Amino acid sequence: MFKQKTLEETKAAQRRSTGQSSAASFYNNPSVRSLFYQVALIAGLLYFFGNIIGNTLANMEATGIKTGFDFLDSAAGYDVLMSLISFESQDTYLRVFVVGFLNTLLVSAIGIVFATMLGFLFGVMHFSKNLLVRKLAQVYVELFRNVPLLLQVFFWYFAVLASLPSARQSLSLGEAFFLNVRGLYMPKLVGGDLSEWVWVALGAAIVGVFFLRRWAKARQDATGQQFPVFYASLGMVIGAPLLVALLTGLPFTIEFPVLKGFNYFGGISVIPELMALAIALSVYTGAFIAEAVRAGVQAVPHGQTEAARSIGLREDKIMKLIIVPQAMRVIVPLLNSEYQSLVKNSTLAAAIGYPDLFNVFVGTALNQTGQAIETIFMTIIVYFVVNMVISFLMNRFNNAVALVSR
Amino acid sequence: MFKKALVVASTAAVTAFSGAASADGTLDQVKQRGQLSCGVSTGLAGFSQRDENGVWSGLDVDVCRAVAAAVLGDSEAVQYKPLTAKERFTALASGEIDILSRNTTWTHTRDTSLGINFAGTNFYDGASFMVMKDLGVTSATELDGANACIQAGTSTELAIADYFREMNMSYSPVTFDTSDQTRAGFESGRCDFLTSDGSQLAALRIGLADPSNAVILPEVISKEPLGPVVRQGDDQWFNIVKWSLNAMIEAEEQGVTSKNAKNRTVTGNPANKRLLGAEGELGSNLGLSSDWALQIVTQVGNYGESYERNVGKGSPLQLDRGLNQLWSKGGILYAPAMR
Repeated sequence: MFKQKTLEETKAAQRRSTGQSSAASFYNNPSVRSLFYQVALIAGLLYFFGNIIGNTLANMEATGIKTGFDFLDSAAGYDVLMSLISFESQDTYLRVFVVGFLNTLLVSAIGIVFATMLGFLFGVMHFSKNLLVRKLAQVYVELFRNVPLLLQVFFWYFAVLASLPSARQSLSLGEAFFLNVRGLYMPKLVGGDLSEWVWVALGAAIVGVFFLRRWAKARQDATGQQFPVFYASLGMVIGAPLLVALLTGLPFTIEFPVLKGFNYFGGISVIPELMALAIALSVYTGAFIAEAVRAGVQAVPHGQTEAARSIGLREDKIMKLIIVPQAMRVIVPLLNSEYQSLVKNSTLAAAIGYPDLFNVFVGTALNQTGQAIETIFMTIIVYFVVNMVISFLMNRFNNAVALVSR
Repeated sequence: MFKKALVVASTAAVTAFSGAASADGTLDQVKQRGQLSCGVSTGLAGFSQRDENGVWSGLDVDVCRAVAAAVLGDSEAVQYKPLTAKERFTALASGEIDILSRNTTWTHTRDTSLGINFAGTNFYDGASFMVMKDLGVTSATELDGANACIQAGTSTELAIADYFREMNMSYSPVTFDTSDQTRAGFESGRCDFLTSDGSQLAALRIGLADPSNAVILPEVISKEPLGPVVRQGDDQWFNIVKWSLNAMIEAEEQGVTSKNAKNRTVTGNPANKRLLGAEGELGSNLGLSSDWALQIVTQVGNYGESYERNVGKGSPLQLDRGLNQLWSKGGILYAPAMR
C-alpha cells in the first residue's frame, strides 16, 4: 500500500517534470482503469443475470406456466402428517410453508443437541486410559462416518423402527409409555387450577441456580472453598416446583395414551419419521463432532496436562477445567460447519416422509401448483438464512472462547 | 479481451435461455433424433414396467410406442425416462422428454397452470383404498382415525383430504417419495391403509409379499382420468399424440386388429381405409406419412389388445374393462370422428 503510493507519486512527479499532461495518459491511469473494469464487470453481470431472469419469465409466459407468489394465499388442499401449529387441508400454502419450516427447525434442533452430546462424549472417550472405552469411541466414529447418511436414515426407519410391533401389540412400559411401528406415545401432564405457580417456581429455581453459581465461584475465588453446586442446583430445580405442587394440592392430571380404534390417542406422540431422522442425523453428525473434539483436545499442548497434574488436579478435573476450555477454540469453528451440514442434511426427510420444509413445500406444494421457481427460491432462502444465523451465533460463541492473549 | 468474452458469454446466455421456446417443433426434433423421448413411471405393473431384459411394457408405454410408430414408423424407437411423481412435470417443461405417459391425472389446475396439455385419456381411474385383511375393515367409512400411506405430489393427496373432510373423519397422512416406498410403509404396518388410483392399488397389491392378505375397498372417492401429456405451445405435436391415442380406440371400434390391419387396407370398408391411410389425407394433415395409423395398429395393436395384454385378462392385474370399455359396449371410450 505504502509502496504503491510512493510509486504513483514519483510517476506524477516525473510527469510534471517532463511537462506531460495527465489528461493525455488518462486511460493509462491505473485507478481509472481499475474503476472502468469494475464498472464493466458489474454492468456485465447485471446484464447477464437480468437476461436470464427476463428470458425465463418470458419463456414461462410463452409456454403458459403460471408465475408469481399468488398461490401462497390459496388453500393447499392436502394434509400434513405432523405440525407444531394447527393445520388442516383448507389452510393456505403459506401456512404449509410455516409448518414445514417449524418441522425443519425441530428436527435440526434435536439433531444439534444430541449430535453435540454424542460428539463430546465419544470425542473425550478417545483419550480414555481404558482400552475398551477408547476402542468403542473409534468404532463409533469409523462406523457412522463411513456409511452414507441416506443409508443410515433408511436403516433406522425401514430396518429398526419399521420392525417394531403393530399398534395393537405395542411394547409398553407400565401401561404409560407405548412404543410401536406408529411411533412413541408418552403420558402428558395436564395442568389444572393453580398449576401455573409450579411453572413459576421452576423458573425461579432456574434463575436461582444462575445466581448460586456466581456466588459459589466468587466465594471459591476469594476463599478457595468449594461448594457442591451441582447437587444444590439439582435440589433447587426439582425441589422448588415439587414443594409448590404439594402446597397447591397437586393440580395436575396425567393424560395417558389410549388405544382407540386404529391408533393410540392422547398424551404426547413422536412419529417414527421424526425419530428415525433425528437419530440418523445425531449419530452421523456426532461422529464428525467426535473427530472435531479429538482434534481440539490434541491441539492442546501436553505441557498443560503436566502442569495441571503438578498442581494436584484430578484427571477428570484436568479434562473439564484445563483441556476442554482450551480445546474449544479449535472445536467451535468445526462445530459451526457440522451444524450447518446437519440442517442441510435434514432435507433427507423426503426419503422417509418426515414433513420437513423440503418435503411439504418443494415436494408436494411444488407438484400441486407447478410453480417450481418460486417454491425452490423460497426454500433456498430459508436454508440460507437458517445457516447464516447458525454461523452468526457460532462466531459470537467463538469470539467468547477464542484465545484472548495475542 | 475481457469485453469480448463478456459479449460472447451474454450472447450465449441469451440464445441458450431463449432457445427452449422458439426452437423447431417437437416433431422435427424427434425425426432428427430418430428417437422419441418418453417419460414413464419408475415401475408400475401394467402401466410402465421394465422386465429383466430392460424392455419396457405397459398401457402407458404403449402410448409412447404408438406415437413412435406413427412418427418414425418404428415402435421400438423410444427412449424411456423413468420419473417420480414429483419430477414428471419439470422434466416435460424443460424439454427433457417429448411426451409424458405416466398415469397422470388430468386436472384443471395442471392443464391450465403448468404449461402442459393433456392429449386425451387412456385410462379412466378413481382413487380407492387398500387395507390388510386382518384389519377387519370392509368399507372406507370405517377408517376414522386411521393412518394413510400416500405417494407425495399426487392428486390422491388432495382427493383423500377432501374425502375425510366431507365424511367428518380424521386420518394421518404418511407421504412417501416413490410407490415402492409407499408399499414398504404399508407392509411394515406404519399405515392402516394405502390410498392411490384403483389401477395402481391393483398393481401394488400383486407386489406385496402376500397379495391375498390385502383387499381393495369398494369405495371410489375421486375421478382420475389418466392420460398422456405434452408441452403447451406446439399444436402439431399435441395433435399427433391426441390422434395416435384416438387411432388405437377407433381401431378397436372398427374391429381393426394388429393381425387384420394389413388386409383391411385393401378389403376393408371406407372407414377402415380412411383410418389406415389407403384413402383420404388424415396422415398428411398431421404432418405424418399416410400409413401412420396402420403402423400403430400393426406394431402396437388397437386399444383393446393393448388393454388386455397389459392390465386385462392377459396380465397378472386381471382388471375388468369397466369404464374403459368402448362407448358402444357400455364404457365411456369414445374417439372423435376419423374423417
